[in-house]
Amino acid sequence: MTTEAISPGLSAGTLSGPRGPKPKTVTIGRIGVYAFLIISAVFFLMPLWVMIVTSLKTMPEIREGHLFNWPALLTFDPWLKAWDTACTGRDCNGLKPGFWNSVKITALSVPVSIVIAMINGYALSFWKYKGSELLFGILIFGAFVPFQVVIYPLIIGLSKVGLFATLPGIVVVHTIFGMPILTLLYRNFFASLPIELFKAGRVDGAGFWGIFFRIMLPMSVPITIVAIILQVTGIWNDFLFGTVFAGRENMPMTVQLNNIVTTTTGTREYNVNMAATILTAAVPLVVYFISGKWFVRGIAAGAVKG
Amino acid sequence: MTQIAEPGERAAPGFAGTAAEHKPRTRRKFNIQSVLGTTPMIVTAVGVFVICIIFSIIWSFTNSKLFPNFNFIGLAQYERLWANDRWNISVRNLAVFGVLSIGVSMVFGYLLAVFMDQRIKQEDLFRSIFLYPFAMSLVVTGLVWQWMFDPNLGIQSAVRQLGWTNFEFAPLVKQETALYGLVLGGLWNGVGVTMAILLAGLRGVDSEIWKAAKVDGIPTWKTYLFIVLPMMKGAVATAFILQMTGIVRVFDIVIAMTQGGPGVSTQMPAVYVIQHITDRVNVGQGMAAATMMLLPVMLLIAVQYLLRWNANRKAGRA
Amino acid sequence: MKSVVSVVALVAAALLGSTSVRAADVEVIHWWTSGGEQAAVSVFAREFDALGGDKWVDTAIAGGENARSATLQRILGGDPPGAAQFNPGRQYEELIAGNMLLDLTDLATKENWAGFIRPASISEACLVDGHWWCVPVNIHSWNWAWASVPAFEKAGVPLPTSFDDFLAEAPKLQEAGIIPFAIGGESWQINGAFGVIQTSLLGLEKREKILKDKDLELAKAEMPAVFEKFRQFKQFSDAGSANRNWNDTTNLVVTDQAALQIMGDWARGEFGVAGEKAGVDYACLALPIDHPTVSTGGDIFLFPKQSDPAVEAAQLKMASMMVNPQVQALFNNAKGSMPIRDDVDMSLADDCMKRGLEIIKDPANIAVDAGRWQSNDTTGQMNDLVAQFWADDTMTAAAAAEQYVTILQNAD
Repeated sequence: MTTEAISPGLSAGTLSGPRGPKPKTVTIGRIGVYAFLIISAVFFLMPLWVMIVTSLKTMPEIREGHLFNWPALLTFDPWLKAWDTACTGRDCNGLKPGFWNSVKITALSVPVSIVIAMINGYALSFWKYKGSELLFGILIFGAFVPFQVVIYPLIIGLSKVGLFATLPGIVVVHTIFGMPILTLLYRNFFASLPIELFKAGRVDGAGFWGIFFRIMLPMSVPITIVAIILQVTGIWNDFLFGTVFAGRENMPMTVQLNNIVTTTTGTREYNVNMAATILTAAVPLVVYFISGKWFVRGIAAGAVKG
Repeated sequence: MTQIAEPGERAAPGFAGTAAEHKPRTRRKFNIQSVLGTTPMIVTAVGVFVICIIFSIIWSFTNSKLFPNFNFIGLAQYERLWANDRWNISVRNLAVFGVLSIGVSMVFGYLLAVFMDQRIKQEDLFRSIFLYPFAMSLVVTGLVWQWMFDPNLGIQSAVRQLGWTNFEFAPLVKQETALYGLVLGGLWNGVGVTMAILLAGLRGVDSEIWKAAKVDGIPTWKTYLFIVLPMMKGAVATAFILQMTGIVRVFDIVIAMTQGGPGVSTQMPAVYVIQHITDRVNVGQGMAAATMMLLPVMLLIAVQYLLRWNANRKAGRA
Repeated sequence: MKSVVSVVALVAAALLGSTSVRAADVEVIHWWTSGGEQAAVSVFAREFDALGGDKWVDTAIAGGENARSATLQRILGGDPPGAAQFNPGRQYEELIAGNMLLDLTDLATKENWAGFIRPASISEACLVDGHWWCVPVNIHSWNWAWASVPAFEKAGVPLPTSFDDFLAEAPKLQEAGIIPFAIGGESWQINGAFGVIQTSLLGLEKREKILKDKDLELAKAEMPAVFEKFRQFKQFSDAGSANRNWNDTTNLVVTDQAALQIMGDWARGEFGVAGEKAGVDYACLALPIDHPTVSTGGDIFLFPKQSDPAVEAAQLKMASMMVNPQVQALFNNAKGSMPIRDDVDMSLADDCMKRGLEIIKDPANIAVDAGRWQSNDTTGQMNDLVAQFWADDTMTAAAAAEQYVTILQNAD
């Protein structure tokens, strides 16, 4: 156990091997296992299927119902329209302008929020000071506060320091709201590392930053992957903060998605809506499909040890 | 809540569990770098959350409308709040929604994790399938499920077109069932993450345990339920907290899926708060509702601190 | 060459700090994002840009609630937009009181807005204590019902002449396999229909006494019957109504599956898109049928105060442009709404709108939008109540009326 834990980078592999009884030949049990998993998979895939086939249908065909059917008349126009020409107000350039804004916001906010949470977790595990636990408690409490409740004070505060409606402003906001869960994640991760690691660093004469950069940072790769996945999803999908804090030039893609999808008294084009929805979700989806394996390993590497 | 409680308590491996080892392992001399390094956390915790909460509480005693003010009117906002049908229904809904969502998510998530743990083929594929909905925003989740549940376009009509003309499955159109439709949509979004966390927890359990259970002839399902599960407190706690934060703040999915209807049958406290501080232009009422929402969480954390303080005191005496 | 000159001029102006000649960008927040709405807002933008120099900078945020919140929060954060769309009502009264809006009085006096903007209740939304704080741009009326002519023919029922008439004949429609009363599940749809039924039952005078003067005795006496009547409509709606969008609901009437829908005048667009003809395929009934009225919903623009005088000058130009008769004609034809002045060429309008324009001429036919009298808070509570009553059959009309009176009593 000790040797394993000293090198979680290696142990992640051994930890995540399936632990159940070895599969024998085809038994009733095995069939049951697969039946359960496949039925569950159908449940999870059904909405995606509906979204895809709907996005490929024409509007008259959608009105006929037949939700699950493959389109009788295949069309890719909704996709082109969603990306390129759908109107989001006066501008009819589809989703593409917002895409790069979202990339910009995500690319800046994810590393900043993660680095800060990492330092928090590290300090809370190895360098507690008077009141640090209380701060952490407040932070966790903050995870339960509805975002909108804190918007007013935040607007006033950010405009006082001149960051309101700017790119750094939105990065700060995402860092603040990502902090509770990320700090929790890192704190648990670092707490699961053996104390000997830390002590060895101290014996070598390293201080707060020395130990952090030389020992802790390299070890935290698995949990950082989890953090990246959570943050990319959360920040990419954010709408509320984007409209208020990002400023007009940096409006994220979700604002345009909302402009295409939401309408009170206008007509709705479901096929374009679905295509726009899939396009907007594409980035986090790709992140998930590529890194799903690391997600479980990352969590296994520390976030769940009690 | 062991996760929050005390990471330091996890005795370092190889030491006997005496009282001495239970001392927080980080009781070292004060380090200024640690404080400097966590400045963003201090600023956030104090500057954002504490100040916001204090102001929220203060404003809940005022008649603030569009912009917050300081005209105090006593408990009037709270009296109105608790006399309001919609608020009372919201609170009840949150309780039902929370218990159901967390309960089903834990059971279903653990089942999925256990089945995934059976050395199955295509584990990567299955995991991706279970996990991908979490990448979708809750607004998208709500829209898609609203569609699936639509009596004329969705599952119900599709099944009817197959020949079962009496088939009924449109939970959102009835007051009595709409909340369950909401739960289902939320589960679709979040079960995968619960599964992933619990699967990670399963694989973190020492393989010696499995060997020992086998030697003792304990059936696999019993091992999973009575031996392994209790050893995964950390995973369960992480999954629990992650879900709790989402549930208390549940908003997007309600707006996208039911807008609180039919009637007010799927209203939630967060929707009440947000509508009042934005479109209904009654910040005072919204803040009173927000304060009520935060109260249970505050109590929970206070109780936890008290318990810990008590435990520390006892440990100190021993 | 021209662009070079203008760049030079811009740079020079910036360097010299000159304000009089400098062009400005005016950012406009609005929630017009669907097809027809987008065409309409483009009229404004094009006309504004054509005035020369200044530029319309478009910020569209779908959903009125989202857009209004963004505007208010931006004002609070000290980064106000140059112009912002609102609905006429009381939501911005604190902005006026807090002196956060540009005072348009001088411009309005010069152009004599009070002289041509009609009906009076439309200008009252912007004219507070003798000062103009915003610009009304159009009128949308809720007081319409849309009927499928073939559906009524199929059931052998003539088009209704009153709500009672409709309710009496509704079972025949039902027998013919038609949904008599089409309604969607969003609470604004239910409340809109409720408001129209309330107006029909009470008449304009009593309605005003209850909603404006908060006559509790009258409300106690009259409201139970209104709720009772409203419930009668429910039995003729279909099971799928909960959660349905308004345009999917209208589509039921378009496709003759349903007979009648109570919905504002924007529903006309849905029939137009489907190629239906007024009078042949569908009928628009101004409500109440025996004494048609027009309600005064619609949109206004307000102009948050700016620190830059160049922007302020551009804001005034924009306000003036919005009430211009030619712009009004182009805009309202695209939007499908009624113009705020009479001297506008609406010859392109369809029969239903022409009907509305006739009705609006007589001040006695104006049902003032309840949002003029009630705060959003009060309206919101009433909306909750009506939606709850509609969905919950165990709630009696008496109980609902009692709650209604309480809300009225506590209204601010």
